[in-house]
Amino acid sequence: MKNKQAFETVVERHGRTVLRVCRAVLGPGADADDAWSETFLAALQAWPGVDAETNMQAWLVTVAHRKALDVTRARARQALPAAYLPEQTSPWGTPGTGEPELWAAVGQLPTRQRLAVAYYYLGGLKHTETAELIGGTAEAVRRAAADGLNTLRRTYGADAFREGTLR
Amino acid sequence: MNTEIPAETAHLASLRAELAERAEKAELLDVAYRRVDSPVGPLLLAATARGLVRVAFEREDFDAVVDSLATRLGSRILSGTARLDDAAREVEEYFSGNRRHFDLELDRSLSAGFRLEVQRYLPRIDYGRTLSYAQVADSVGNPQAVRAVGSACARNPLPIVVPCHRVVRTDGSLGGYIGGLEAKKALLGLEAAA
Repeated sequence: MKNKQAFETVVERHGRTVLRVCRAVLGPGADADDAWSETFLAALQAWPGVDAETNMQAWLVTVAHRKALDVTRARARQALPAAYLPEQTSPWGTPGTGEPELWAAVGQLPTRQRLAVAYYYLGGLKHTETAELIGGTAEAVRRAAADGLNTLRRTYGADAFREGTLR
Repeated sequence: MNTEIPAETAHLASLRAELAERAEKAELLDVAYRRVDSPVGPLLLAATARGLVRVAFEREDFDAVVDSLATRLGSRILSGTARLDDAAREVEEYFSGNRRHFDLELDRSLSAGFRLEVQRYLPRIDYGRTLSYAQVADSVGNPQAVRAVGSACARNPLPIVVPCHRVVRTDGSLGGYIGGLEAKKALLGLEAAA
């Protein structure tokens, strides 16, 4: 069945989740904002043809993953060789400086753990779905998510994530 | 489901506003809408690229109105673009007594046939005046169609801007109104006072 639902409801329902996923993947800065916007623009374009039964959250998280890759690649292309390293602000914030501490802790995870944690605990994807996005087996993704969460519990606090909830 | 974090909520609002503007520029939106406050309660204003397509009262249930716009005009719908700025300003001027005629592009694609004919006639009733349903039926050249005029007024998708509130019963009683009788009374009172 084709979609007759106003797109506004998609942004209303999933905007926050997608923002958290983008921030977990790219850090809470301009890159995450770009990925968020590109995700919803692409979704808006596709919207009338999206089957009404589609799990929109999973669909959007998948698009967000691709858009985050695009943003990362674009950033890499813009990088110019320089005689010295320019000063940069880490998008992840610095632990203990009042930046959102959780993002700082998330940013220190190895990439695969970070993505496994982001897509499962924030994005609500199944490990099999994450495995399709980032490669490897579902079991390996499950372990990466578990290891990542353990690290977050150690560095950030006991209740770093509950499913679907940012604390 | 998700815990709200105030800074995040504010940031989301600005991302959503930016998304709506980018979608507008990319000509991706079937319908844009916004809410405005008025002396007759919150109103929903919706526009296509062609013009203002719907004015709704809160009692019509804004969610239901947006759903029906999605079904009839297309589901690429977002709130919060600049598309409704002119309409919002003119409605505000009208309620402050500073506007007697609306000067807006209208998209009348929600109406057809005799209803559309009646609705096209309505702006010719002057500000502050009223006509009876029978007089409107006469004026559109179909004196038998008094009930059909009533239904054309009741289903006017652009109340206030297309002034169906200026049509009343022959005996001077108000008749019905999509925004409720209180709203009809208020609009006629506003126009009488100005």
